[in-house]
Amino acid sequence: MTRVGLIRLAVIVAMIGALELACQTGLIRHQTIIAPSEMATSLYALLASGAINADIERTLGIIVVVIAVSIVLGFALGLVIHALPRLREALDPLFATYYAVPIFIFYPVLIAIFGLSPIPIVLIGVATAVVAMIIATLNGLDRVPRVLTKVARVHRLDAVTTAMTLQLPAAAPYLFTGVKLSVSYGFIAVIAAEFILSPAGLGRDIADAYSDFNNRRMYALILFLLIIATVVNTVLHMLDVRWAKRRSGGRT
Amino acid sequence: MNAAPRDIHAQLSAVIRVFPGAGNQPPVDALGPIDLDLRKGEFFAVVGPSGCGKSTFLEVLAGLQRPTAGTVTFEGKPVNGEVAEGIGVVFQEDASFPWLTVWDNAAFGLRRSGVAEAEIRRRVDDAIAFMGLKDFARAYPSQLSGGMRQRVCIARTLVLQPRLILLDEPFGALDAQTRLLMGDEVLRLWRSTGATVLLITHALDEAAMLADRVGAMSARPGRFIEIIDTGWPRERDSKIVAEPAFGEITGRLWDRLRGESLKALGHAGMTAAG
Repeated sequence: MTRVGLIRLAVIVAMIGALELACQTGLIRHQTIIAPSEMATSLYALLASGAINADIERTLGIIVVVIAVSIVLGFALGLVIHALPRLREALDPLFATYYAVPIFIFYPVLIAIFGLSPIPIVLIGVATAVVAMIIATLNGLDRVPRVLTKVARVHRLDAVTTAMTLQLPAAAPYLFTGVKLSVSYGFIAVIAAEFILSPAGLGRDIADAYSDFNNRRMYALILFLLIIATVVNTVLHMLDVRWAKRRSGGRT
Repeated sequence: MNAAPRDIHAQLSAVIRVFPGAGNQPPVDALGPIDLDLRKGEFFAVVGPSGCGKSTFLEVLAGLQRPTAGTVTFEGKPVNGEVAEGIGVVFQEDASFPWLTVWDNAAFGLRRSGVAEAEIRRRVDDAIAFMGLKDFARAYPSQLSGGMRQRVCIARTLVLQPRLILLDEPFGALDAQTRLLMGDEVLRLWRSTGATVLLITHALDEAAMLADRVGAMSARPGRFIEIIDTGWPRERDSKIVAEPAFGEITGRLWDRLRGESLKALGHAGMTAAG
């Protein structure tokens, strides 16, 4: 591990340690936050009992669908919009202000249309994540050197082969930024949507535990989501670093 | 400029290229009229002032741009906005693919033309060895110098065994000494492949050293104001820069181009005084 990584780990451990100490000594009331060690044992017990297996399956399943749809749809739309400069000119202001609009206000409308099924959650998740992927695709394609288009023509490549073998890899670093944002937005949107109104899922479970003053269960579920999000983001970060290293010849 | 029809490899007849004006701007006369017969197996260099249309000329000949008027043929067939099989182009900009190794960069074109894997391996290994990149086959372009990256692009062109190689200021970004050495490598490549080579350059000495014939281009719209036969033997290298004839050719080129360069800079009034 690098020196910076060690410092980062030490900061996290120190913060968890401080929270543990504050909770154990009563500096922070048990009704407000439980000790991290208690969160961990509660989570272990929950996982071992299998009580939340169905919720985990449902929530993570929806998140995977949201992320996959957002990435594929965002990339495809980005390609089309990039190829149509006038359409792009018309849409650019919308993209620039998209995240200034609270997309969640449309969630009740979606529930009214599709009912209490996973569909409104998927739609709100995709609506949240897809624009990040579109913007990243446009940024990436803008930065593909023009000479590569000439190289494609010299090699007599058709449009699809040019997109897949030259434009896609050339734009990859920017696309990966879009992927990372889509993953983050996907997680946030799905959990939040479940939290607001859903018959099942981890977000619903956290909301129920909160309403029931069941701190042990609530913090155990929060810890579980934190671990999952951290692992996913760490894997994405490692891939990003590895590819960046390769492109820069080992100089990052 | 005239050659027997069987010796003509590529031909441009009354070629003109006009770019439409952006917005309310008038159209830009970029090139022509150009008439040129490229002989089979010759090394032809084009020099001219900045912005005279040298690269446009190369792109029209390659098929990357359509001429506004006139005809372009390669091996007797018309070239019209599409790059014909048998034409290879090396660009001034770094066109290596940073996500592929040197070996995979060189193999890129072959993998997309349905060539058998064993043949790809043979041709790529040969091209990489020829360009002196054998020890860097598994390296990525970012680990190489600018000159080596340009060699990767030449290797990628070479494996396709082009019969007409177009070089658009490929050494423009390199230092003078590396350019001399790269020039030797291009001469070696030209001799061993037997291809026709057309080199676009802004360096008079580079053109005088490398080419059998040098076309001096006017300020925009670019036309050939003189085509000079260098008279060099086929077996030559950068040592010819020490020959008196080299200085004479370079001097003659500069004599023809000085006024054009001033015109290109917008100093037409200085031409007469100079």
